[in-house]
Amino acid sequence: MPTATYAGRDVVVTEDGFFADPEQWTEEMAPELARAEGIDALTEDHWRVVKFMRREYEEKGAGPTVRVLGKTSGVPIKQLYLLFPKGPAKVAAKIAGIPKPHGCI
Amino acid sequence: MRRIVILGGGTGGTLGANRLRKALDPDDYEIVVVDRDDRHVYQPGLLFVPFGLTTIDDIVRPRSEQLHRGIAFRSSGIDHVDLETETVHLGDGTTLGYDVLVVATGAALVPEETEGLTGPGWMERVFTFYTPEGAAALRTALDHFDGGRLVVNIVDLPIKCPVAPLEFTFLADWFFRERGRRDQVELTYVTPLDGAFTTPVAARTLAGLLGEKDVELVTEFNTGAVDGEGGRLHSYDGRDLPFDLAVVIPLHGGQPWVGRSLGLGDDLNFVPTDLHTLQSKARPNVFALGDATDVPASKAGSVAHFEGEVLAGNVQRYLAGQELDGSFDGHANCFIETGFGKALLCDFNYDTEPLPGHYPDRVGLPLLKESRLNHLGKLLFPFVYWHGLLPGRDLPGVHAPMPTRGKVVEETV
Ligand SMILES: Cc1cc2nc3c(=O)[nH]c(=O)nc-3n(C[C@H](O)[C@H](O)[C@H](O)COP(=O)(O)OP(=O)(O)OC[C@H]3O[C@@H](n4cnc5c(N)ncnc54)[C@H](O)[C@@H]3O)c2cc1C
Repeated sequence: MPTATYAGRDVVVTEDGFFADPEQWTEEMAPELARAEGIDALTEDHWRVVKFMRREYEEKGAGPTVRVLGKTSGVPIKQLYLLFPKGPAKVAAKIAGIPKPHGCI
Repeated sequence: MRRIVILGGGTGGTLGANRLRKALDPDDYEIVVVDRDDRHVYQPGLLFVPFGLTTIDDIVRPRSEQLHRGIAFRSSGIDHVDLETETVHLGDGTTLGYDVLVVATGAALVPEETEGLTGPGWMERVFTFYTPEGAAALRTALDHFDGGRLVVNIVDLPIKCPVAPLEFTFLADWFFRERGRRDQVELTYVTPLDGAFTTPVAARTLAGLLGEKDVELVTEFNTGAVDGEGGRLHSYDGRDLPFDLAVVIPLHGGQPWVGRSLGLGDDLNFVPTDLHTLQSKARPNVFALGDATDVPASKAGSVAHFEGEVLAGNVQRYLAGQELDGSFDGHANCFIETGFGKALLCDFNYDTEPLPGHYPDRVGLPLLKESRLNHLGKLLFPFVYWHGLLPGRDLPGVHAPMPTRGKVVEETV
């Protein structure tokens, strides 16, 4: 698997750029990850979502989908799209260093 | 006397009850099935109703008649379950205690969760074929639709039978061609996924078929609102898609009663369930199968059928104090009707995506490829459903573990 460097540390990522090992993630890496997704500065609202994703992953072993995020994070879906225009669940998961939220079959 | 209560008398509840009745001594075990009504809908038939290929009357039978002798049927809504006291509180105010509970109440459609979807235009210009009323209303609408843009839209996953919207699109192409109106109709398939389907190999095949049939494919469209009056789908990321007729697959969730039952469900009211044993994560004496669970398998009748085999075995093991069997592998198979008397077959599980080849072995039905044989399979399916699947029979050549022998795995992707 490819590696990438964030906050001066080498990490293993999947083909589409998600952390292969979420343990390698640190908060210092988030701003750089965000910039790669076209988000220049992480606001308090961004952080709220990123930290929520991280907690959900730690508790449940998977990041939530946009719909669950809208129901449970306290940030409505419309605002989630304003924060992460390219897709809240995917982009926030990437910034939070957790695996890509899997679609269902 | 111990009591097994099965909530839901649809596909999974019926076949689960019948399998358990065959396995357990009626002198020792009482089995009760609860459902809110006595109308069992063969849901795969809903796809054909809008095109006049079947009618609602043809796909509905009494639930009670599908249950073997020795199974009690209670027609009542479910208010909630109290896991502490092991009691089901029914809608009619009565209660039902259980030794083992099986949750089989399926998925609920929640169109209200999408802004505007059930507002002006709903059932006039905006339809769904996922309910009997919707499918019947759509039949009239398609008959009268003589031109313009028809969009088929999945709001978000999970949905029941994720291939049904594609089948609807293929059949719509066939329907308008047969009637000589296809050149007046623009067909557009609008999905939140990044392709025609969730898994890459099938997505490629199905996108190819959409192209051949002149269907425009719009991907990564997350429907935020539907304007039935103005004829527009709005996406959360600001895109707008005009339509003359919209066929929308609404959001799905688990049943509201699950949400009212402390500790049973997740944020969407699905029941967190062990992927391989089908025991709920809430309590050891609560099991679940079918669309009601959160397992990452297709929400399909074929899955409920394969789960039934494992579930019935595990309920017996649990009652006997034995270790559970963790062999459910997420096996699903589905025929995809593609119009003009042809269909395609998919067979997959938790770990293996739908692949080309043959089912169930090197010689058999062609996989991921259009054929008349598969269409005949689909036509035979209602018979197999009522007379094989629901009675809880093992079907010849079709078993819970997914076969791998006939599949062709690509070297690299
Ligand atoms: C249009 C369409 C096409 C499909 N095509 C296919 C196909 O080709 N192949 C395939 O394999 N699958 C197909 N499916 C999916 C298949 O029908 C379902 O996956 C299957 O029926 C699931 O079984 P179940 O027992 O989990 O739920 P269901 O069969 O839906 O049964 C759930 C039962 O619970 C009852 N219930 C729910 N809440 C309550 C309550 N509060 N109180 C009392 N009762 C309650 C309901 O009345 C219902 O009878 C299709 C579905 C649709 C909608």
